[in-house]
Amino acid sequence: MSYPMKIRATLSGDKVEVKALIAHEMETGFRKDTAGTLVPAHYIQLVTIQCNGKSVLSAQWGPSVSKNPFLTFRFSGAKKGEKLNITWQDNLGETRSDEVAIT
Amino acid sequence: MVYFSKRCAMAILLAWGAVAPLSAAEAVADPLSQYREMLGGDNPADLWVSRGEALWTEPRGPRKATLVQCDLGLGAGVVKGAYARLPRYFSETGAVEDLESRLVSCMVQFQGFKREEILASRFGDGERHSSDLEALVAYVVTASKGERMAVPQNTSQEKRAYSMGKAIFFYRAGTHDFSCATCHSADNKRIRLQALPNLTTPTGAQAAYTTWPAYRVSQGEFRTMEWRLNDCFRQQRLPDLKYGSPAAIALTEYLARNANGAVLAAPAIKR
Repeated sequence: MSYPMKIRATLSGDKVEVKALIAHEMETGFRKDTAGTLVPAHYIQLVTIQCNGKSVLSAQWGPSVSKNPFLTFRFSGAKKGEKLNITWQDNLGETRSDEVAIT
Repeated sequence: MVYFSKRCAMAILLAWGAVAPLSAAEAVADPLSQYREMLGGDNPADLWVSRGEALWTEPRGPRKATLVQCDLGLGAGVVKGAYARLPRYFSETGAVEDLESRLVSCMVQFQGFKREEILASRFGDGERHSSDLEALVAYVVTASKGERMAVPQNTSQEKRAYSMGKAIFFYRAGTHDFSCATCHSADNKRIRLQALPNLTTPTGAQAAYTTWPAYRVSQGEFRTMEWRLNDCFRQQRLPDLKYGSPAAIALTEYLARNANGAVLAAPAIKR
């Protein structure tokens, strides 16, 4: 069960600034719960970001990335109204995509 | 990096040596400023808000009903501004209720959930996942962001809750002989490096009350007002403050009423 991300993509000058908050537990697999049992690892392994179907960023993540990660970056070559899509895939095979229009 | 942290430590030590206790607090007034700047007005609590918004209108529970019939004090289904006017007296339950106890009442009454089941995960399941209740709180609180606090005190029940809350606030108990007032009734105090608001003054209560619930960065979780009070009780080594109990609501009433007139800035980002 995954929850929606919060994505903002704003064009200023010729660059689009992307700010994304991703809802994910990012469990390292090294933590124990109150009963002393190991909490199984659960973290995002692959993030791919596309603008109008063209890849603008792809990242391999691991257990060292924080819970509810915040990702920000800039790229050029996009126009207002174009669609930006963020997809992640985690080590349990879960995946989620969210999309916004560039403003 | 090492050089930087050494310099930071030095700055804190220097401040510590200064005469006024305030300067140390100021030196670390906002350790999250960099994080805040990066987020640029975003708040991770938004992740809970969007979840809560969906939960509000989705038919759920054994009765497959939505919460749109839920009256938070401004009429059935009215969310905007409701939190700035809570706690308040509800004639149908015959009690003063805060947002959280009210949401539980509605989930039981309209959706047919079991109270014990909701309360079992009131602060998440303790390990990983935050509860639907917390997400709903995030949604309702955010709908009052920017509104002025106007907690009513028209009924005798509300007045009684206020005086009861005040009594609890000053009541010393437990192994440490602590009361809320021990830490929160003087200006410019701090515990280690955490500045403590003086909750007995309007300015202090306003600053504190209007920034809770909040996203707790150190825990990566959205935390509600009931959680905050519960944690204060834990730190005082008092018995568990029962969720939605008259005592918890009275304390909330005392703080909320003292904060009247201030603009609600919750959910905030806290360390």
